[in-house]
Amino acid sequence: MTGNVSIVIVSHSPKVAEGTADMVRQMVGEEVRLAHCGGDPDGGLGTNVGAIMEAIEAVYSPKGVAILVDLGGAETNSEMAREMLPAEKAAHVAICNAPLVEGAIMAATEASGGADLEAVRATAEEFQA
Amino acid sequence: MIRKERKVSDMHNGKLLEAAVAAIREHADELTALDQAIGDGDHGINMKRGFDALAEAAGELERLELPAALQKAGMILVMKVGGASGPLYGSLLMAMGKAAAHPPASADDVAGMLKAGIEAVKARGRSDAGAKTMLDVLIPVLQALESHPEDPCAAAVRAADDGLEATRGMLATKGRASFLGERSIGHLDPGARSSALLVHAICNVLEDS
Repeated sequence: MTGNVSIVIVSHSPKVAEGTADMVRQMVGEEVRLAHCGGDPDGGLGTNVGAIMEAIEAVYSPKGVAILVDLGGAETNSEMAREMLPAEKAAHVAICNAPLVEGAIMAATEASGGADLEAVRATAEEFQA
Repeated sequence: MIRKERKVSDMHNGKLLEAAVAAIREHADELTALDQAIGDGDHGINMKRGFDALAEAAGELERLELPAALQKAGMILVMKVGGASGPLYGSLLMAMGKAAAHPPASADDVAGMLKAGIEAVKARGRSDAGAKTMLDVLIPVLQALESHPEDPCAAAVRAADDGLEATRGMLATKGRASFLGERSIGHLDPGARSSALLVHAICNVLEDS
C-alpha cells in the first residue's frame, strides 16, 4: 500500500473532510492511504497549517502525496504546510487544482492503480476542464 | 515609517506589538463585517485569533531582536490564523524579518524590508496590485516610503488610507470575493483594511517615540 500515492483531503469543514474521506474509502477501498483534516485551530470553519502538516506526515510516502482542497484558504494553507516540510518531503507533495469530492475520488482511483504523483494530479485536474 | 535620526532598535518590539494587537482587537468586528459583505466573514475572527496568539508570545517576542521577532511572529500567524490571511500575513512578516537590516536605521531600510515582504505576499497569493487585496495598501505604502524619506510616517499613513479607499471601486479577482464578480465592487477589501490598520498602528508608535 505504501507503494501508492497517498491522498490528503483538506476542507474548511471537518464534516466535509470526513465525509469526503468516507466516500473515497467506499469507492476506492483501502488500497490508498488517506488522511483528512478540516477546521481552524479553534475548531470552527477554516483550515489549519499544523493539522495539514500532520495529515501529510501521517500518510507520507516517497511515492507522493496528493492534496485535495476546497476553497482559497485551504489551498494557501496547504501550500504553506508543504513549504514547511523538509525539502525532500515537500518535493513529493502536490496540491491538485480540482473540485474536492470529485478530485479526491479521481485521484484515489488513479493512485490505487499505482500511478505516479504527476498522473494522479493530472487525473484529478482533468475534472477541472 | 521612521525619521532618519531614529532607529527602530530604540523602540521596544513590545510597543509595536502592543499597538498592532490593539488595532486588530478593536477592529475585529469591523473586519468581519467587511468580510461578510464580500468574503466568508471570518477575517476579523481569524486575525484576532492570530494577534491574540502574538500577544500571548509577547514576552518572547520582546526579547528577540527585530529580524528574529518578525520571523517568529510570522510563523505564529501562519500556524494560528486559520484562513488564507495566516500564510499571507505570516509570509509578509517572515520575509520582512529575513530582509531586516539590524538595526533598521532609516526609512530606506524599512522600505527594503517592506519590499521583501510584499514580494512574499505576491508569491503566496499569486496576486499583484489592483486585485482588491492587502497589496493595494502595502504597495502604495512602500512607494510612499521610497518617495518621502523626509516624512515617511505621514506619507505611509496617507498612502494606506488612499490605497484602502481605492479598493472600494476594484473588482476582486482573488480569494472568495472573486466569486462575487461585479458585486465585489463598492465594498472595501477586508485585507486592505487590516493592512491599513496595522500601518496606522505602527506609524503611531514610531511617530510618538
